[in-house]
Amino acid sequence: MNRTSPAVVAVALAIAAFLVAFLVIPVATVVYTAFSDGQGGFTLAHFSAFAGISLMRESFANSLYVAGMTVAFSTLIAVPLAYLTVRFQFRGAILIQTLGVLPLVMPAFVGASAMQLLFGRSGSVNLILKDAFGISLPLMEGLNGVIFVETLHYFPFILLNLSAALANIDSSMEESAQNLGSSGWRLFSRIVFPLALPGYVAGASLVFIKVFDDLGTPLVLNVTNMLAPQAFLRVTSIGIEDPIGYVICVILVVFSIAAMAGSWWFVKRRDYAVVSRGGAMAPRRRLTPWQTVLAYGWITLVLLLVLSPHLGILLLSFSKVWSFTVLPEQFTIAHYATVFEDSTRMIWNTFLYCGLAALFDVIIGTAIAYIVLRTALPGRHLLDHLVTVALAMPGVVLGIGYLRTFRGIELPFGGGALTASWLIFVLAYTVRRLPFALRSCMAALQQVHPSLEEAAENLGASRWRTIKRVVVPLMAGGILAGFVTSFITAAVEISETILLTSRESLAPMSYGIYLYMQSIAGRGPGAALGVIAVVLVAVGTYLSHRFVAANTPQNPTGGKP
Amino acid sequence: MTPVSVDIRNVALSYGTTQVLKDITVSIKPGEFFALLGPSGSGKSTLLRLIAGFNQHSHGSVLVGGKDVTGTPPWKRNVGMVFQNYALWPHMTVEQNVAFGLEERKFPREKVRAKVAAALELVGLSELGKRRPGQLSGGQQQRVAIARTLAIEPQVLLLDEPLSNLDARLRVQTRQELVKLQKRLGITTIFVTHDQEEALTTCHRIAVMDQGVIQQVGSPMELFDHPVNRFVAQFVGSVNLFAGEFRRERGALRFISPKLGDVALPGALEPPAAGYDLAFRPHAVHFEVDGAVASGDAMHLGGAVEGAEFLGEFLRYEIRVGEALVTADVPHERGRAPLAAGTRVGLSVPASELRFVSA
Repeated sequence: MNRTSPAVVAVALAIAAFLVAFLVIPVATVVYTAFSDGQGGFTLAHFSAFAGISLMRESFANSLYVAGMTVAFSTLIAVPLAYLTVRFQFRGAILIQTLGVLPLVMPAFVGASAMQLLFGRSGSVNLILKDAFGISLPLMEGLNGVIFVETLHYFPFILLNLSAALANIDSSMEESAQNLGSSGWRLFSRIVFPLALPGYVAGASLVFIKVFDDLGTPLVLNVTNMLAPQAFLRVTSIGIEDPIGYVICVILVVFSIAAMAGSWWFVKRRDYAVVSRGGAMAPRRRLTPWQTVLAYGWITLVLLLVLSPHLGILLLSFSKVWSFTVLPEQFTIAHYATVFEDSTRMIWNTFLYCGLAALFDVIIGTAIAYIVLRTALPGRHLLDHLVTVALAMPGVVLGIGYLRTFRGIELPFGGGALTASWLIFVLAYTVRRLPFALRSCMAALQQVHPSLEEAAENLGASRWRTIKRVVVPLMAGGILAGFVTSFITAAVEISETILLTSRESLAPMSYGIYLYMQSIAGRGPGAALGVIAVVLVAVGTYLSHRFVAANTPQNPTGGKP
Repeated sequence: MTPVSVDIRNVALSYGTTQVLKDITVSIKPGEFFALLGPSGSGKSTLLRLIAGFNQHSHGSVLVGGKDVTGTPPWKRNVGMVFQNYALWPHMTVEQNVAFGLEERKFPREKVRAKVAAALELVGLSELGKRRPGQLSGGQQQRVAIARTLAIEPQVLLLDEPLSNLDARLRVQTRQELVKLQKRLGITTIFVTHDQEEALTTCHRIAVMDQGVIQQVGSPMELFDHPVNRFVAQFVGSVNLFAGEFRRERGALRFISPKLGDVALPGALEPPAAGYDLAFRPHAVHFEVDGAVASGDAMHLGGAVEGAEFLGEFLRYEIRVGEALVTADVPHERGRAPLAAGTRVGLSVPASELRFVSA
């Protein structure tokens, strides 16, 4: 379809300008600063300085180690669960699906303090262990704690991707292997897992990036000898001019892009889709009694672990004192009172920033989806690619990029410095959450058959009227889902938030949780604010699923154009 | 390997309350090329998968080479199956695909290599061993699937609609190659298809299935010439079928049909019991030349042309007789125009072509 009009060009250019100003330039500034000698020349001096500091070398190694171990442990948890749900008749399937969503509604940094109380040196579990066996497990010591918390938070990425990949494998692929004499572990390792590998790699690379870039969890657990915390500390303590912070940012960006590109290349390289698609899914096998026990045992253990930060934060939010005891001894609702007294501002801020950002996201997302899928505008895919790049940009990098790029820029009408205004949050959230909204809008538009639009035009509707009366209403479910996803992920965003919060009155609630958790006395109110955030995210997630589900059967002419 | 027999004894299978197979009993002889023919949902694929061990039947037993394999898992049966969609693994090369079953059987590496080469040679794909399945055409993929199955030297070869994913021309060619291959190897082969032409042209014997029941087992010609019931008569070839009552009156045989009317049948025929239909093939219907004397060893009908389809070799006429439509195939001669609609014609069907089939 050729639908390139001046209006389309203008919209495309406006979006491109926005992305260049608030994504490309900040990131480019970061990269430039890392390689600049201050007089406009190129230098690697900052990198050699970085390599010369033993703390930096240690942080680099630690970040790699933590990300790698998190992927390994997430794999151990997710692979059996995924295989179990997709291939076996199993009543626990609902439980596993719950397992797949539960951790995601609780930001890792929120659960981290609760985990400390449950699994720390004098946490509930170790108190019990010490009592019973005289031993204690260093689950939360240093890097272990980060790995533990991140694994429980991020393994669903592998679970969801791998389950989808497994479900896509044609049943005959496995049956033909059985027919040729293969079964059990050999069947899994030679046929099933290799065929699902693209899904696994997609999930695993995502986990790696997320953990490698995470700032909130290490900070809450008081682990600073990792890359993202070091970047944050350099910029906040030494100053925005310190080049080492930028070197770290470049490393974060390189690893993120490499991991994403690697997974993309891996999936493209093997032409899986070519052979025999569209068959039936493999019939689910029955578990032997012995396997059933094992399966339920594993699921129960994982479920308990996954629920522990939720339970922990809930207990913490109601506990008067909780120290050196297995469970809190006295309960109170005072923390919620404190939160509503002191932090209504923060809750309001969250709604304002995230609501606006989500709104911009779906407007831009819908526009890009339309331009990419429905016009022949030259270079339209560039918009799509630019947004995808935002997915690979760590929040720390974007945050530091904003501080550096927009310092000294004053808002018109005496609004003060841009970096010290609430607008900076909206901009940062809009850019970082745009990929999620865009995916949603793209998927929604792909479900709308072009013939529906052609029919409207054939009956006399202009292009703009067609978009307004046919396209957008049909996309409504997807757009709403995109809005909600953007909103809730922005509401619990911490990396950029920590960097961009210049004064407390501007802070959203994610920063509030982080701030409270810094002190022992603040843990209670922090937990209460965390519970509020979790409820918000949970309700949002539920709504987003509802929107998508409600929208699907409404399209009579489904399918891709 | 000496060919083995396959015996299905009183097999029944249900999914929930739906009976997919009802008391199936059939014996397939060693070295036989046997077809399971039926429409979709007839249970033919289920029966094939059951022989391979993929569906567990609730009742009855399956014997391969006289040995009961009920309860033996698929991977221990040594019954080779070629899947409808070929099921080649995209993450392996052609050679790796073919080698898979041999490796699972722990053959030494040298032996695997030799057997893979032999199997690929057998299907004429020796040069494509290093390719991936995605780089092959549909026909080549199917040959790889066959080579992969034959490489393990199975006792029985199962083919699940092997020709359905090929285009029409390739289908005929592949069909002939399959027949040759089966003859050369002498392996007991069971072939599932919904296409009567495929079954008639390739197989020694055919079991016609419908609604989970084997309706008739026989050679292609037996099925065509002597269908036992309405379903087989209709599914194998085209047929004219009429319900009615047969009456013997003073030596003459009459057929009183609600649609066809009151028709005299050749007196030499033995009338069937109640519940039988009159059946005859369209090609057995002859147009009577004007003034021909009605003979006693044929059935005579009078009607008017309703329409005609030109099928190249012959014209397929629809003739209205009473309230019924009779299909008649007349060989085409060059330049002869079809009879116009409304033309009155006399039809005759020789006594030898009239069948009584149970409803």
